[in-house]
Order: sequence, then C-alpha cells, then structure tokens
Amino acid sequence: MHPVSLHQVGKTYRLGAVDVPALSDITLDIHQGAFTVLSGPSGSGKTTLLNLIGCIDMPDRGKITVAGRQVQSMPDDALSDFRARHIGFIFQNFNLIPVLSARENVEYPLVLAGVAAPERRKRVEALMDAVGLSDRQRNLPAQLSGGQRQRVAIARALATAPPLVLADEPTANLDSHTGAEIIALMRRMQREQDVSFVFSSHDPQVHAAADEIIFIRDGRITGIEGGRA
Amino acid sequence: MNTVSLALRNLLRNRRRSLTTLLAMMVGLVAILLFGGYRSNIIYGTQTGFVQQTGHLQVQRRGYFLDGGDNPTAYGIANYPQLIERIRQDPELAPMLAVVTPTLQLGGIAGNFAAGVSRSVMAIGLIPEDRNRMYQWNDLGVVSYAKPLPLAGAAEDTVIVGTGVARRLNLCALLDAPDCRPGRAHTASDGAALPDDIAALTAVEKASPQPAGENRIEMLAATARGAPNVASLNVIKANNMGIKALDDVYMVMHLAQAQRLIFGTATPQVTAILVQLHHTWQIPAARARLNALLAEHFKEADLEILDFETLNPMYRQTNEFMGSMFSFIALLIGVIVLFTIGNTMSTAVVERTAEIGTLRAMGLRRAGIRRLFVCEALLLGLAGSALGVLCALIIAYAINHSGWSWTPPGYSYAYLILVRVGQDLPLLVGSVLGMLGVTLLSAWWPARRAAKLVIVDALRHA
Ligand SMILES: Nc1ncnc2c1ncn2[C@@H]1O[C@H](COP(=O)(O)OP(=O)(O)OP(=O)(O)O)[C@@H](O)[C@H]1O
Ligand SMILES: [Mg+2]
Repeated sequence: MHPVSLHQVGKTYRLGAVDVPALSDITLDIHQGAFTVLSGPSGSGKTTLLNLIGCIDMPDRGKITVAGRQVQSMPDDALSDFRARHIGFIFQNFNLIPVLSARENVEYPLVLAGVAAPERRKRVEALMDAVGLSDRQRNLPAQLSGGQRQRVAIARALATAPPLVLADEPTANLDSHTGAEIIALMRRMQREQDVSFVFSSHDPQVHAAADEIIFIRDGRITGIEGGRA
Repeated sequence: MNTVSLALRNLLRNRRRSLTTLLAMMVGLVAILLFGGYRSNIIYGTQTGFVQQTGHLQVQRRGYFLDGGDNPTAYGIANYPQLIERIRQDPELAPMLAVVTPTLQLGGIAGNFAAGVSRSVMAIGLIPEDRNRMYQWNDLGVVSYAKPLPLAGAAEDTVIVGTGVARRLNLCALLDAPDCRPGRAHTASDGAALPDDIAALTAVEKASPQPAGENRIEMLAATARGAPNVASLNVIKANNMGIKALDDVYMVMHLAQAQRLIFGTATPQVTAILVQLHHTWQIPAARARLNALLAEHFKEADLEILDFETLNPMYRQTNEFMGSMFSFIALLIGVIVLFTIGNTMSTAVVERTAEIGTLRAMGLRRAGIRRLFVCEALLLGLAGSALGVLCALIIAYAINHSGWSWTPPGYSYAYLILVRVGQDLPLLVGSVLGMLGVTLLSAWWPARRAAKLVIVDALRHA
C-alpha cells in the first residue's frame, strides 16, 4: 500500500475574477519508505501539493488517500487528530515554538498524541541524540543556529514516528554546507526510522540524494525519475 | 508543557505588554473596590444610624407617618403597654428582639421667655435607658457616632436640644460658641408677645424656685383637649444633630414628661412603638409575626408596621444613588478593561499567526488553540485580580488609618472617611468574578479568530 495516493487532484485559487490553477489533474503514488523530492520552478505548485498531502489544505477536485484514509471529506477535528498521528512537518522557516526549549519542542507532538511522560522522555532523549543536539536540549530556539533549529525540527517531525514526513524546502534558509548536512541527516533518519519522506526543493544536491524525483510545472506533473532507487 | 505553562510562558515572553495589561486591570479593580468599599461603608453607616435612631420596625397608627407628624393626640396608641408586653412575650418574636420601646413625638414652642426668644421644636419623648441600648446596636461593625443620652438617670424635667435650638434660645452655657452672649434678646423675636393666659401658665410653672446653673426653658404645646399647656424644662445638653435642619428643631425629653404635657392626667398614649431587632435580615420574619399579632389582638386599634427604609426615605435614596454611581463606574472600567485585554489578545494572535498554523499542522485542534488564548487571558485576569485586590486592601488600610474626614453636604460635623473592602466579601467576590468575566469575554473573540485561521494562510505568515 502506498502511504499517499492522489487521484485526479485539482486545486484552483481565485484571485478576484481570475482563476489561478495551482494544480491540475494530479495522479500520483508516493512509495513506502522512499525519499521523494518534488522539483519544479517557483510557482509551479510544490507547496500546494505538499499542503494537500499534509492534510492542511483541501483539493477542489479528486481524491487523496493518506495512510489508507480518504482525507478530503474528514471533519476538522478528525483531520487534526489524523495529522497528529500520521504526519510530521518540517518547514522552511523551522517554525519552532519560541517559548519552548529544544527538547520541549520535540516533546510537544508526543504530548498532543497523548504519550505518557516517561515514554516521552525516552523518545525525546533518543531523538535529540540522533540529530546530534544532546547538549543543546535546554536552549530556546532563539539561542540556536539555523542548522540546529532545523535539526530540532527534524527530531520534532519524527517524534511520534509518523509514517509520513513532509518538508517544504527545508534547506532554503540554510547555507549550502549546512543544507547538505540537513539533507544527509534527513536521509539517515528516513532510513533508520523507515518513514516516507516527501519534500520540495530546487536544490540539486537534494536531487542526488532522492529515491524518486517528481517534476512539476504549472501545476502538472511533467515527469517522474527513479533517482537512485 | 500543558496549556497553562505554555500560556504563562507566552505572557512572560511579552513582559511589557502583559504588565501594561495587568496594570490596567489592577487600576480598574482598585478603583471599583475602593469606591465599592466607600459605598458599603456609607450604606452600612447610614443603616446603622437609622436603626439606632428609629429601630428596624415601628408600630404606628395607620396614616400617622404620612399625615400625623405634628398631631400626636389624633394618632395616639392608647393601649401601648399591653401591645409592648405582647411583643416582648411572643415566643417567636422574643429571640429576634434587641429593644422594644415606646415613643411620643410632639410639636411645640420652646421659649426662653425671660430672654424673649422662642422657636418651634419637634420634641421626642422617649425612655432614655431603652434608647441608649438601641444606640449600642452595631451588627454591621461600623464606626458608630451615637453617644448615650445623658437623660438616663436624670430628673424627669431634663431635656436635650439640638445646638441650633440652644443657639436660638441663647443657652450659651451649653454651646461652644464665642459669639453667643447670654441674655441678649433677639432684635426681631419670631413670636408675638405671649397672650396673657399663657404668660400666667408659665408663671405658675416657674413659681418653683429655679436652682442656679440650670438652663431653664419653657415648652408650650397643645394638649389632647386642645388647650395649651406649658412645661418648665431643664436643658442639660445641646447636641449637634449632624443635619442642620434637624439640629434647629430637635428636642429630646423623658416620655413621662412628654405624656404629661400632652395628656395631662388622662391615660397617656404614644405615637409609635420602636422595635429593634438583632439583625436587619430578620425584618421580614419579624414583620410577618407582628402583623399576625396586631391582626389577632389589636385589630380595632388600626395599626400599621413601617420598616426603617420607609421611615427614613434617605436610606433608600442614598442606597440607590451610591448603587447607580457604582454601576456606572464599574461599567466604565469594565469597558476599558474589555478593550485593553481584547487588544492585547488580538495583538498576540496576529503576532503568533505562523505559530498557530504550525500547531494546527502538528495536529492541535481548533479548541486547543482557543483554549491556549483563553487560558492566557484568564491567567492575566487572575493575576490582575489578585494584584488588584491586594493593592485595594493596602490602599484601604492606608485610608482607614489616615484619619481623613469630610463633612457630607447638609451635615454639620465631619465623618471619618473609611472604605470597607476587606470586610465586604460580596463586593470582593463580585468584583473579581466580574473582572474574570470581562477577561473571558474580551479573550473570546481573538481566541475564536485564532482557532478559525486557515492553516496554510497562517503558515505563509512568516
Ligand atoms: N493562497 C493563494 N492564493 C492565490 N494563489 C495562490 C495561493 N497560494 C498559491 N497560489 C498560487 O498557486 C500557484 C502555486 O503556488 P505554490 O506556492 O504551490 O508554488 P511553489 O511551487 O511552492 O513555489 P515556490 O517554489 O516559490 O515556493 C502559484 O501560481 C501561486 O501564485
Ligand atoms: Mg513553495
């Protein structure tokens, strides 16, 4: 079973009287345990597609199946709970909660998922260690570098061991060296935790690491490349 | 890392904004509490004064209160000793009673005829010992200004007058007034020369030798049969009655003296029976029982029962006036606090839009977002309330120990300025609950707006 399947999905934005088709007729399967990259020029619809897969936006047409569930008709609370259990997010701007320390940021999704405190502590400990931030656990996000913040964000996205992690241009705000480290970390974590990673990027070094590359232009899939898989 | 600690951290993160909001709430609450405390002090003080003077309930002949103020003979209660006995012996009433005492109010002309001066007075005939017990009533624990009547134990012809009366009658020895000269006749006396027969009456009354050092005056009143009667009285004290209009006509005498003046040798009557209860809240029960007693045993006497609020319309007026002022101030402050907190929360929502989007993407429900912001506001509200109450108590303590006083309009002596904040639990609880209510109300809309944000739009809000 594919973690994500899209069938003839379309999304159109209305700007005044003008219809802006952001996505048209997307039919797509994401492979289990793969490192999938969405590639395309600016405005091609990468973010829109990731938002639909992440169940934080709804399509105008078509069907989306995530982890075996049809999501486009789910009520808001059910969808929230679904996201909490099945999807991890990594953002371009890191989006850590500023009042929470690094470890608390990682712990937060576990609190949302209702995991008991001792279990949470173990899990956070392991993740902080895995992203190499054992010694910065008590720091607030403002006291961390961009790369460190994105490491915390990766640990946070993986905290509940979701089957699917989405990342929208996770390296766009980092220098190329740090970006490469983050890619390597994500790749390693993806293998270790056996999750499906989907993320968007213009970055060629990301393409090199991918199992599969989906090319997208003007809201349509223009090609899928097997990458190294 | 629950909602409360998250809310608290967010508040601490914006220390300056939180403090400003807190300060607004504190100032608002302090203003409400101090004014509320001032109001309850005035209302309790007024109530205590009236209850000490008039009792909680009075039994009078029907219509006397409205029409009969200066006509004691037409509205006299003849069999009052039996009625009082009934009241005192009633098993249901007895435990509620503090004092039951008769009174006879009469109008007349007091004259220092030797000095050629006179003035009309309202005299109250009373039993001084009973009244002095009534003055001790202080169920509400206020500063009581009542002083015992020195008539208790004094001869039956002794009286007390208001300082206004004393001044008018040239009783300088009783006054602390440097401009009062004894024996000085007023240039324009307000009465014509006494008719001969009354002059003769006064002469008879004065025939007994007058002890030195006494301030003797004569009191002229109409008897039950319509004939004039005169009593020679010994003024032993001039009291400042507070309200000038009262001070100028006030006279207190022994009940027996008043009765002799009005009824002579006929059966003495009174105009009212004062009933003072232990607690004001006992009025309804006491009144119901009194009504039953009157209906059962004194039907033909045509009596009615009046409570102290009816007897003293000023009490209700004061109450309503202070109440409307309080409501106005509370409303004003409520609105200000509403907008202050509303503004603080709205700003917080706008600032944290991206964070809201992130939390929602991670799976926090709409209700969770709402709870987060409501919780923040509530924490602010609780802190503001706690600090406000604390501040108000400290200021109230300072005011109550400062000895500040003022002379209310129409009063002729000064009252201490006191605020009852700590002793007024309903005021404290009501104000704090009101403040928290306003807090919730003002946080509700921003919290709702935050919860309804479209996630992808919120996330774009970097
Ligand atoms: N909220 C919106 N309202 C109107 N149009 C939108 C909205 N969001 C996206 N679009 C339009 O949809 C199209 C796809 O946008 P999207 O953000 O998915 O592109 P992208 O591939 O992520 O671009 P970038 O690489 O610059 O991030 C664009 O034409 C964009 O203008
Ligand atoms: Mg994008």
